[in-house]
Amino acid sequence: MLKRALAIITLLIIGYWIAQGLAGVPFGQDRMLVGQYYLDHVKAQTGSVNAVTAIVVNYRGFDTLGEVTVLFIASTGVGALLWKRRKERTAKTEGSIVLTTGTRLLMPFIILFGAYIFIHGHLTPGGGFPGGATIATAFLLLYMAFTQYEIPHKAFEKTEGVAGMSYVLVGLIGLAIGGYFLYDWIWQTWGWGVNNIGRLFSGGFIPIIYTLIGIKVGTELSGIIDNMLKEEVSE
Amino acid sequence: MISAYYFGAISLILIGLYAVLVKKNVLKMLIGLSIMESGVNLLLVSVGYISGRSAPILSEGIGPKGAVDPIPQALVLTAIVIGVATTALALSAAIILYEKYGTLNVEEIRRLRG
Repeated sequence: MLKRALAIITLLIIGYWIAQGLAGVPFGQDRMLVGQYYLDHVKAQTGSVNAVTAIVVNYRGFDTLGEVTVLFIASTGVGALLWKRRKERTAKTEGSIVLTTGTRLLMPFIILFGAYIFIHGHLTPGGGFPGGATIATAFLLLYMAFTQYEIPHKAFEKTEGVAGMSYVLVGLIGLAIGGYFLYDWIWQTWGWGVNNIGRLFSGGFIPIIYTLIGIKVGTELSGIIDNMLKEEVSE
Repeated sequence: MISAYYFGAISLILIGLYAVLVKKNVLKMLIGLSIMESGVNLLLVSVGYISGRSAPILSEGIGPKGAVDPIPQALVLTAIVIGVATTALALSAAIILYEKYGTLNVEEIRRLRG
């Protein structure tokens, strides 16, 4: 009881402290400096309509490469922590008929929706990371519905590696053409899709990189799900 | 007077911190961490909000003067992904803890370690 009271007092102090810190940051006022630059130039410089996507993939593409690396390290870490000599699915009860039928019907549409999210990343809210997570939920559904199901490991690992390497490759092509890593060669050198801003075929390399990220995130999260759901079996 | 959005974000952070400080089950502590993370994300996004402006997608008549700050949103996108990654790692650590000690109660784990 004493511990709980102490915790609440600590929390109130911390809350007051954060609120004091935010007192100098009035809500809803225009404080943009760099943001305004991005908003003014995003269409001319990247061809993307969605400013958030343009910042994540184009202006700060190198950051995003680091972020993808963090996700890769996390999935490797999950694999290493949960490593066993022999792992199998040990679920005993089959999913109910609602779950199995629903999974069979919905599975392609969920993957289609995920692909839609990451292909249209430069036009609508979303992008590679939410799209990949959506695709991973389709595989999570399969795991929940069928006791014997496993993802095709070899194919998934290869797809993941190829997607990650292609991201670096796109950046290296930019280095060769424009002089710096992750230079947007499709937009700035070729000017491909200039008359098409706001439609699917525009945005330079943003749709390409987001497709690669979507595939990578989808396979990685499916791998994490697979690692967590399987259990050790004695030989 | 503090804005309702800031108040909600700070409340989420404090609720998460309370779970981390008081709860004894590792899974509940991890849920607390996730709640804290949502609070921080909400705080960042609401710092970037500008009254009366729309999402930073410059189509359908929304010009550069009609959109909110896109940078906090890009940062939060990054933070969400990193949050998923760290949560997955922490959960696998919890799985190993349970396999090793047969319990998720931190005090018992401390006692079993001796």
